Amino acid sequence: MAAAGRAVSSKVASFILGDDFWRGVVSIAAFLVFWEIGSRSQAWFGFAFPWVSQVPAPTAVLQEMFKLVQEPSFWNSALLSTVRVFEGFFAAMAIGIPLGLAMAVSRTFYGITFPVFEVLRPIPPLAWVPASIIFWPTQELSIAFVTFLGAFFTIVINVIGGAQAIDVRYFQAARSMGSSTWDIFRRIILPGTLPSIVVGATVGVGITWAVVVAAEMISGGGSAGSMGGAAGGGLGFFIWNSYVGGSYTQIVAGMISIGIAGYISSAALRKIGQWMTPWLSEN
Amino acid sequence: MSVLPAAVQSFSPGAEPVRKGRIRINDVVKIYGADDTGILAVDHCTFEVPPGEITVVVGPSGCGKTTLLNAIAGFHSISSGSIYLDDQMLCGPGKLKAQPGPDRIVVFQNGALFPWKTNIENVTFGPIMQGAMSSAEAYDKARDMMADAGLRDVEHNYPGEISSGVRRRVEIVRALMNNPKILLLDEPYRALDSLTKSVMHEALLEIFYKNRVSIFFITHDLEEAIFLGHRVVIMTTRPCRPKKILDIDIPHPRDYSVLTAKRFREFMDETVAAVHEEAIKAFAAGEKER
Repeated sequence: MAAAGRAVSSKVASFILGDDFWRGVVSIAAFLVFWEIGSRSQAWFGFAFPWVSQVPAPTAVLQEMFKLVQEPSFWNSALLSTVRVFEGFFAAMAIGIPLGLAMAVSRTFYGITFPVFEVLRPIPPLAWVPASIIFWPTQELSIAFVTFLGAFFTIVINVIGGAQAIDVRYFQAARSMGSSTWDIFRRIILPGTLPSIVVGATVGVGITWAVVVAAEMISGGGSAGSMGGAAGGGLGFFIWNSYVGGSYTQIVAGMISIGIAGYISSAALRKIGQWMTPWLSEN
Repeated sequence: MSVLPAAVQSFSPGAEPVRKGRIRINDVVKIYGADDTGILAVDHCTFEVPPGEITVVVGPSGCGKTTLLNAIAGFHSISSGSIYLDDQMLCGPGKLKAQPGPDRIVVFQNGALFPWKTNIENVTFGPIMQGAMSSAEAYDKARDMMADAGLRDVEHNYPGEISSGVRRRVEIVRALMNNPKILLLDEPYRALDSLTKSVMHEALLEIFYKNRVSIFFITHDLEEAIFLGHRVVIMTTRPCRPKKILDIDIPHPRDYSVLTAKRFREFMDETVAAVHEEAIKAFAAGEKER
């Protein structure tokens, strides 16, 4: 344990001392300074720097975020979006993984379903929003459905690809050693596909964040009042509302919140994925 | 990784070893594609793999050696002829594809250890699948056999974490755990450097002396063939057919000193021309195809 701790701290130390780390620090610092100066150019130098001057300064955004994290309504929005993301995401996993496996395993099933799948796949999830609102009884369900679509196609494509890429030698070896068809599915196909499932899930959850925000803007934003307060919430609605209310610092603060939430979701899934596929980790 | 350990010394050539796993290949033909337009891979091939011995099949790459191996293992069908394991017909008239089974285990060219299982989980896979042993029994036996093969330290590693030479040894132990009648080795040492190869050869012989399982070994390396084999079958280039069958009378147990022995050189001299001739034909055929 102590040795492992030392190894980790020496890894961290060598990272902090390394060139890459300092390049990163300089890059981010320069970006923030440029942004700060650019957005305050009108006040400081008397001329408006193009484009950047329209954006609230990072210090103002930071102040805004500091205020926001003390407000329950902000957390409520974040929670609503998170719930929608994971509703859609888990539904996509629950339906997408078995469907992808079935398509990979059965040539007949693949032949029947894949053409339909391929026609539906290129339709952007946002194009589904109007149809989804008409189709589903509640607004909440329509947002969750659009979110689901965002992750679903990525997951299915990854599962099919992963399962089909399993080397035939593994099947032959398993067959020789007396495995039944069920054994082969459980002990070869499932673990063999797992790395691709992890990739699909990590990419998929990122897409669900992109989709949920847009879905909230389109479906929730305009009609929050008429549909009842709660249904309209979410970070997407929050950004839209800030836009309508003219609070530009809140817009940027909302955007950054989404970035952070998406990052945490992907990082968490990557961690879970590493834990589930220990044979892929180094050393 | 000892050179000639106790197992070899304890092997007494006088004792009658367990003789199991005779393969008879009778007039086997394999055509890929349609009968009239397809590619003839194996052309009326007949020879025997004696029980409890090592038979090495030598031929140029792509000559159809692996086709034969796949037919024995039950991965692919044959077009005509028959293959017997002892008295049981594996494939033949009316049943052109053999049923894969634990009595014939393949060790693949690039290895087929399951990467998602640890080495010991790989080794116990067969007996547990077949219901031949309880999980506890399988793990006990696996630990013993892995310790014997010098693999104790890698039991709980994943195959991806060990060198390819060690992987190949794990795979042979996994094969032996199924108590097969014959091991089918498809150029198992092809990807290894020549130093590692020589270590692997002696390790394989060591395992063979202990288990006395028949071995059907495919290679294109003549030296390897004569060093390991009781019998060496030299194949013609595609379509493949035995060109020359030699019984190597260099006594077992063998070690690497055999490589410099006069008898070994004689066998090399006798066969190198035949192999070279086929290699030239294979090369020319390859040129034509392009």
